[in-house]
Amino acid sequence: MVGRALGGALVVLLAVVPALPMAGMKQYVLHVMIQILIWAFIGGAWSLMGRFGLVSLGHGAFLGLGAYATVLLWNFYGLSPWLGGVVAVLLTAGLAAVVAYPCSRFQVVGHYFGLVTLAVGEVIRLLIVAERNWTGGSLGVSLKPAGGDSVVAVQFADKRVFYYAALALWLAGLWVWVRVDRSMARSAMEAIGEDETAAASIGIHVTRFKIGITVLSAALTAVGGVAYAQYIAYVNPDTLAGIGVSLRIVFAVVLGGMYAMAGPTVGTALTIALSEYLRIAFGLRLIGMAETIYGFLLIVFIIFLPAGIYGSLRELIRRRRPTPVVA
Amino acid sequence: MIDPIFLAEAAVNGILLGGILALLALGLNLIFGVIDIVWIAYVDLVMLCMYLVYFLVQVYGWPVWAGGLASLAFGALLGVAVHLLIISPILGSAPVNQLLATGGLLFFLQSFATFLWTTDHRSVRLSLPSFEVAGIFLPLTRVIPFAISILALIALYVFLTRTFVGTAIRAVSQDREAMSLMGANPQWIYVVTSAVGGLMAGLAGTLLIFQYSVHPFFGGQFGPLTFMICVLGGLGNMVGAFVASFIMSEIISIAGVVWSTEMGYVIAFVVFIVMIFARPGGILARRG
Repeated sequence: MVGRALGGALVVLLAVVPALPMAGMKQYVLHVMIQILIWAFIGGAWSLMGRFGLVSLGHGAFLGLGAYATVLLWNFYGLSPWLGGVVAVLLTAGLAAVVAYPCSRFQVVGHYFGLVTLAVGEVIRLLIVAERNWTGGSLGVSLKPAGGDSVVAVQFADKRVFYYAALALWLAGLWVWVRVDRSMARSAMEAIGEDETAAASIGIHVTRFKIGITVLSAALTAVGGVAYAQYIAYVNPDTLAGIGVSLRIVFAVVLGGMYAMAGPTVGTALTIALSEYLRIAFGLRLIGMAETIYGFLLIVFIIFLPAGIYGSLRELIRRRRPTPVVA
Repeated sequence: MIDPIFLAEAAVNGILLGGILALLALGLNLIFGVIDIVWIAYVDLVMLCMYLVYFLVQVYGWPVWAGGLASLAFGALLGVAVHLLIISPILGSAPVNQLLATGGLLFFLQSFATFLWTTDHRSVRLSLPSFEVAGIFLPLTRVIPFAISILALIALYVFLTRTFVGTAIRAVSQDREAMSLMGANPQWIYVVTSAVGGLMAGLAGTLLIFQYSVHPFFGGQFGPLTFMICVLGGLGNMVGAFVASFIMSEIISIAGVVWSTEMGYVIAFVVFIVMIFARPGGILARRG
């Protein structure tokens, strides 16, 4: 009950953020908040799979495919991102199914699953770089301006529009998370994560569940990619595909704790706040120092807080609370 | 149509690249097979060794052999340090945490190198003659590293099969629990394995700095390829990794000439993905 009240208060607080007076800092605060909300949504999408032992190191592939397909359809064919986004999400879901089916069929799990997905991520990044006539190669490509605010083009000068859209997206992501968490699929996936053969022996359709959760996770990641591309209005293969971004997603989630609903959000908020703080603290002096501290802290956190920050905190509170005595 | 001489040249270049990849992959594969953790930052350790050789040889004027020996020692030390500081505390953690801890090391090393040495590309150029065989030019700067890496692979093979410590390492990679029951201490074996893996990184760094320029993001160029070769060859399977290195290097080299460099890598990665499904135990595994 307390948790629900706190959650409600947080949502109300988030909803009024754009109305708060912040002197000249408003645009910057909104920018950081939008990034946190979108990446938290993407982290949540990743954790749908990750929490069941399907540790993907290639979500950059889904992110990149979603973002690039939408941007290119708009730039070259003038297709509205609303439709382009649907095409992009369908394409991504198709890619996810093509990867997930053999992985599940041939029981590719653990390290192997991680490395297969990592290879998929690299393939997409390299294809984006190789098709430079279309995609601008490693220089990336900017979204063609629609000239002023446009609902059809999903382009707005006012950051508040994106803020509320990102907030809605984030809430929708949490809703999906809760739906999966309370469904039969969760028990089935947990059983599969523990022991695939045993799960199959009690009648769980292993392949169907695995492909289902992978496609869901990939499709939501693509939605996040579309949202991010529309907001930043620029896509680049190194920030939206490949190992770098794939690892950053996983880091944020594991840092927060991937077994709790709030975990991905807490982790994303912390990593983005940390890297923003370090970036401002060091600025153009000592180039590389900010990222060095970031990397160092990641290692330290993973060694000392293996269940993630939020996960460890929750465990601590649970241990403090007196255990109910069974009469 | 492409002139056959270009294809022949690409094939020869592929073999030369294969020797280097084999060296990178064997060090990582040894660690992978024995400790069962993928060091995502392995090639970034190689990057540090490349910088060491660059500074010793190019800036401080050390002879190449002395720089190489220093790099071997430095690599071994790095390997032990990574094991004791990062791997050892998380041996019991979930596999995802193990992957991520070395992933964090990757971010750390890349950005620390940027901080110390900026993103400039640096290389050591040796002026050695080339020779020509059947119309194909073979620069000695590439043939000598190839020969040294083949010798190193043989040495590693002999170490693993003919020495007591090597036998112990192989035993741990086959059955960790049985080894503990026999009274052997896996912790010590892990440290030795990490040192040998690091030594290989030091050697790879020495050989690579004469062919490629080093920069903080050098690891991204070879890192993913190296993990894939390990898996393609079969975990801990030295011969498999060796064969896989040459398969991958030939694909990259020939497809690179026929299409483009990126397409070479794309095809190599797709082959990797398909092979995982077709032969999950590695290319040389018996069908189970």
